[in-house]
Amino acid sequence: MTTDTLDNASTADSHHDSFGDNHDHKMTGIKRWLYTTNHKDIGTLYLWFAFIMFLTGGALAMVIRAELFQPGLQLVEPDFFNQLTTVHGLVMVFGAIMPAFTGFANWMLPMMLGAPDMALPRMNNWSFWILPFAFAILLGSFFMESGAPNFGWTFYAPLSTTYSNGSTAFFVFAVHIMGISSIMGAINIVVTIMNMRAPGMTYMKMPLFVWTFFITAYLLIAVMPVLAGVVTMLLTDTYFGTSFFDAAGGGDPVMFQHIFWFFGHPEVYIMILPAFGIVSTTIPAFSRKRLFGYSSMVYATSSIALLSFIVWAHHMFTTGMPLFGELFFMYCTMLIAVPTGVKVFNWVATMWRGSLTFETPMLFSIAFVILFTIGGFSGLMLAMTPVDFQYHDTYFVVAHFHYVLVTGSLFSIYAGAYFWLPKWTGHMYNDTLSKWHFWCSLISVNLLFFPMHFLGLAGMPRRIPDYALQFADFNKWVSIGGFAFGLSQLIFLAVVIKCIRGGEKAPAKPWDGAIGLEWTVASPAPYHTFSTPPSQQDIDNADQHGH
Amino acid sequence: MGKHKLTWLVLVSLFANSAWAETQLNLTKGVTAVSRDVYDLHMLVLYICTTIGVLVFGAMFWSIAFHRKSKGAKPADFHESTKVEVLWTAIPIVILIAMAVPATQTLIAMEDNENSDVTIQITGSQWKWHYKYFDQDIEYYSVLSTPRKQYQNQQETNVVKGKNYLLEVDKPLVIPVNKKVRFLITSDDVIHSWWVPAFAVKQDANPGFINEAWTRVEEPGVYRGQCAELCGKDHGFMPIVVEVKSAEDYDTWLNEQQQRIAAAASAEQASLSASMSKEELMQLGETTYTAHCSACHQPTGLGLPPAFPALKGSPVATTGSIKDHLDIVFNGKAGTGMQAYGKQLSLKEIAAVVTYERNAWGNDTGDLVQSADVKAVSGEE
Amino acid sequence: MTNKEYESYYVPSQSHWPIVGAIALFMIAFGAANYVTDLANETSGYGGYLLLAGIALVVYMLVGWFSDVISESLTGKYSHQMDNSFRQGMSWFIFSEVMFFAAFFGALLYLRVFSVPWLGGAGNNVSTGAVLWPDFVAQWPLLTTPDGTTTTAMGWYGLPLINTVLLLTSSITAHFAHSALIKNNRRLLKIWLGLTIILGLAFMFFQVQEYAHGYSEEMRLFLDSGVYGNTFYLLTGFHGMHVTLGCIMLIVMWFRVLKGHFTPENHFAFQAASWYWHFVDVVWVMLFVFVYIL
Ligand code: HEA
Ligand code: HEA
Ligand code: HEC
Ligand code: CUA
Ligand SMILES: [Cu+2]
Repeated sequence: MTTDTLDNASTADSHHDSFGDNHDHKMTGIKRWLYTTNHKDIGTLYLWFAFIMFLTGGALAMVIRAELFQPGLQLVEPDFFNQLTTVHGLVMVFGAIMPAFTGFANWMLPMMLGAPDMALPRMNNWSFWILPFAFAILLGSFFMESGAPNFGWTFYAPLSTTYSNGSTAFFVFAVHIMGISSIMGAINIVVTIMNMRAPGMTYMKMPLFVWTFFITAYLLIAVMPVLAGVVTMLLTDTYFGTSFFDAAGGGDPVMFQHIFWFFGHPEVYIMILPAFGIVSTTIPAFSRKRLFGYSSMVYATSSIALLSFIVWAHHMFTTGMPLFGELFFMYCTMLIAVPTGVKVFNWVATMWRGSLTFETPMLFSIAFVILFTIGGFSGLMLAMTPVDFQYHDTYFVVAHFHYVLVTGSLFSIYAGAYFWLPKWTGHMYNDTLSKWHFWCSLISVNLLFFPMHFLGLAGMPRRIPDYALQFADFNKWVSIGGFAFGLSQLIFLAVVIKCIRGGEKAPAKPWDGAIGLEWTVASPAPYHTFSTPPSQQDIDNADQHGH
Repeated sequence: MGKHKLTWLVLVSLFANSAWAETQLNLTKGVTAVSRDVYDLHMLVLYICTTIGVLVFGAMFWSIAFHRKSKGAKPADFHESTKVEVLWTAIPIVILIAMAVPATQTLIAMEDNENSDVTIQITGSQWKWHYKYFDQDIEYYSVLSTPRKQYQNQQETNVVKGKNYLLEVDKPLVIPVNKKVRFLITSDDVIHSWWVPAFAVKQDANPGFINEAWTRVEEPGVYRGQCAELCGKDHGFMPIVVEVKSAEDYDTWLNEQQQRIAAAASAEQASLSASMSKEELMQLGETTYTAHCSACHQPTGLGLPPAFPALKGSPVATTGSIKDHLDIVFNGKAGTGMQAYGKQLSLKEIAAVVTYERNAWGNDTGDLVQSADVKAVSGEE
Repeated sequence: MTNKEYESYYVPSQSHWPIVGAIALFMIAFGAANYVTDLANETSGYGGYLLLAGIALVVYMLVGWFSDVISESLTGKYSHQMDNSFRQGMSWFIFSEVMFFAAFFGALLYLRVFSVPWLGGAGNNVSTGAVLWPDFVAQWPLLTTPDGTTTTAMGWYGLPLINTVLLLTSSITAHFAHSALIKNNRRLLKIWLGLTIILGLAFMFFQVQEYAHGYSEEMRLFLDSGVYGNTFYLLTGFHGMHVTLGCIMLIVMWFRVLKGHFTPENHFAFQAASWYWHFVDVVWVMLFVFVYIL
């Protein structure tokens, strides 16, 4: 198997050296990046963009934490605080996590499917390049007279309509073009998976990673247009006198929340399903055992996606919905614990009686499983309507979603990044530094987010710039954890830059337990891979199902 | 260092001392039957989740400890088992049902708004609460009473923050003990949310709609809460204080209120014919301004443009006619943060605050406004 | 499987069109935002011009991009698989459009089924009606809003009915055009396609008439006449924009047919335009039922 892999890698490599057929030579300099149609280039662009946005969003969070370090208003005015919270949420969700996953999709899907590139390469470039512009508009509003959006990343009407500041139109149109980008990106992923699988790779032979992106892309196509619709109504309510969200004209502010969360809840699964895909790749690799329950993983992922369409109003239990609605949404939400549980159990079963090693990707994956589950548990608590009356809009919710998003999505992204960095750059990352990154992050992230549970239970509302004295102690620790976690992320930056610049040469397959077509090509992966499809034998070897 | 020690104590007690856990770290048990049900439900789910967590993470750590390559573990070959898959689908479903049943019961109890003894309409507005007692003709606003300089650390140093920092108001809501009190919750502008943890009541105040909630408090006392829905700039500064009184105390209080209202009405009448001196007007004007206007227009009169206009040098407050000035204060401006103060302040106060605005911060118009002038404006509307 | 002849998948070389498109979208978004903000503040600025320039740039980009694609297609670079990618891409794009309209239809249903009755005191909102809006009577179409704005409703007969017939017919003619293309009957193709375009343009003409009627003193049905006007104009307006887009696509196809493009086997662009047209038609039927009739 190993020699076979190497053989294949060298053929791919020599093919690369003499590439001709229909590809032009890659341009150099800035034009390469502006005009590229290559999935690897575009993947790289997405990943860097996401990381820059993560640092930006993180910097905003640092100001939030500094303000909340002690009671009283120290650094920022309340209105500016709201802008920070809002833009922090928007940038992290739409600028960091989602583009990072799209970056993974671009890099890995064609390689995992044995395809020459994404199905629609030019559109792929377009999807990416819209993003920097969209965020330029959004972040640019900080420098406008009226300031950035200040109504929370959920932009509830009428705070975001009648009572909004002057930059709402900029926010709306930034979301519009960002949505266009997401939809095109998602269409590309769907089409690539449906149409570009190497001959012989049936759906049930695809790596689970591919499955999760496939399902995520469907979610995106289904809900991003709804987001576009709701911001459009927001725009007309604010500027053109409509009253969708205004009772005086027959509308209802709660209707805004229904439409928003119809998008918003699937959106949070858009940020976690790919994470499931990543750890379903890394855990088997470092357990040296096939993924337990491949098919049930596929079904569980699909069930989560389907259920995600009928649980949205669990964000709205306090809005005064009729009892029937509250019950319905409570039951459906609780049900999601079942397929998610199946996934967690499958990961544990994969590790069970494996032969485990603890390289950095594995460390992040293990931390993911545990900490995501903790976040899931608090989610389940939130799902219980009567108790949610107490939790809602407190730091308990903030703790919940940072556990699933930071120690969930973000940690999976780190796991994946360390896992594939050798393939991307051709070098091994610096192991010591990466371990530092992991341990510092692990400790500080819990100091940062765990006490938030206590704050929330004790009654601290979210989105406030100042708080009563009984919350002071925990907030101080949270802030210290926040600064430490922020600084720890700079270690990652260092690791990545070092790894790109040089380091130990990576073999085609640096992880002995890894399976997947991407390991059959050289490291770094040649600019064009699989211009001819991989052999049936390679495909069978890469089958996570195990035969 | 004292504080640090305390924090350590808290962290340690997390694992050791559950009495601590109840006061500092955990949800409040509250003072109503519903809030205790909610608390029990919370603990139930918490225990279930902890147990599942211990089992799942335990299995994981077992593998981590004993199935590691460095200890010579050889990977097993299994990767599928319909039996266990069915099992670990079915068991969680059963657990979930066990959780859903009490949750449903509690929820149904919470939504039963019938047969109340007292009904109070609660209206949120940026950034205060308005309470109106049905059938009693009592209504008033309730505003944060923590002095500004306690929270504006940037400007003032060495100001000691009070015990109920940010959780105190000028006029609390007063309700009787052991009576079913029904709340009709709504809003004048954006969405707010009325939340008192000790009652386990949190209901959004949606403009144009009324949400209902109720409570039956078992112990007299003072209970504090906060607005729980982002409602703009001072969302963090609109606390809720509820005073629960015994039946007699409540009746006394009702009487006092009725007398106060009657007195205010006659004072209002009297102020019409009275004419106040500039001193008096400016003094009352300043207190009124600080309490009601400075959140937006700032103590300096500079406002926070463009959201909240400056009054210093503003044409409305200088060269413009007094009538227009009174008009915007009295009637507000629909669709903006500028509320109609006609129903919140007395004629005298409005006269004073307008006088103040026309003479403070170098707006030295020298204009004096009297209650009668205000009355004139209000009559037109 | 393994013996199957492998068709190589065409991966286009670097292209500058996408970045042009991204800049164009930026100009549209930034321009529109400035324009709208200026409108609200009653100031004047460059927003409108930027918006128009952005739209012009998009058109330029689309023309350039598609002519690249067309020439690649005509020079036989595309495989069967490529064609599939385009088809699937187009169908999922249409699905995303469906979801866009779903947001507005969802709003319409919510308003009709929940919010308007609640304002009138239905369900758990008895107090809402009794305390806040004592004079309000819940009805649909909502001709008198809670705050007292009045308007009149657009009936379904007359122009809307004519338009329904026009659009349904045009869907059929579009289908005939497609059949003619498959049978390689170019003459019939031109006739049916031309007819489809004419029907589409007629629809747009009547739609404008209808809007003029709505905005007349007699009807006083405005965009801001409460939720009835809101949903009426936003739904029909977005539909109208899609009809316009569909018409433009059909017109482009018409000229390509004149130039002799498309073969019975290979006519993805034509098919895409016709799918889009059918989609626009289906949306109209939904509109006709839920906005006009019910
Ligand atoms: C990645 C993102 C992500 C994920 C995966 C989740 C997952 C879940 N979330 Fe979360 N959620 C958010 C992101 C996410 N959430 C965000 C961002 C918000 C706030 C938005 C805002 O207001 O700004 C939010 C808010 C939020 C609320 C609203 C709270 C409020 O505002 O009052 C609720 C309420 O039901 C909720 C529930 C859940 C549930 C039940 C899950 C479930 O999917 C969790 C399922 C997982 C498990 C349960 C653990 C593993 C399972 C087992 C080990 C099996 C056995 C277990 C049992 C039987 C108990 N979430
Ligand atoms: C995926 C999403 C994501 C991620 C990764 C994060 C990451 C972090 N978030 Fe969160 N957050 C949200 C999504 C996310 N967040 C959302 C959706 C909301 C709700 C918004 C709303 O209410 O509308 C929210 C809200 C939110 C709040 C509540 C604000 C409020 O209610 O008022 C807080 C408060 O502590 C917070 C803190 C943090 C911190 C400290 C991090 C840290 O993990 C960040 C760490 C990263 C860095 C710090 C960057 C790297 C370092 C540098 C750039 C160098 C500089 C560093 C130093 C000077 C130390 N976030
Ligand atoms: C919640 C915020 C808020 C509070 C509190 C507030 N205002 Fe205002 N005020 C506004 C806003 C917003 C405007 C601008 C309205 C507009 O768009 O014309 C305004 C406008 C005004 C103007 C007109 C200024 C001009 O230049 O157009 C005056 C005078 C004024 N307010 C006086 C007062 C007085 C007196 C009080 C207290 C009794 C007060 N305001 C309290 C928000 C507030
Ligand atoms: Cu009122 Cu928050
Ligand atoms: Cu959700």
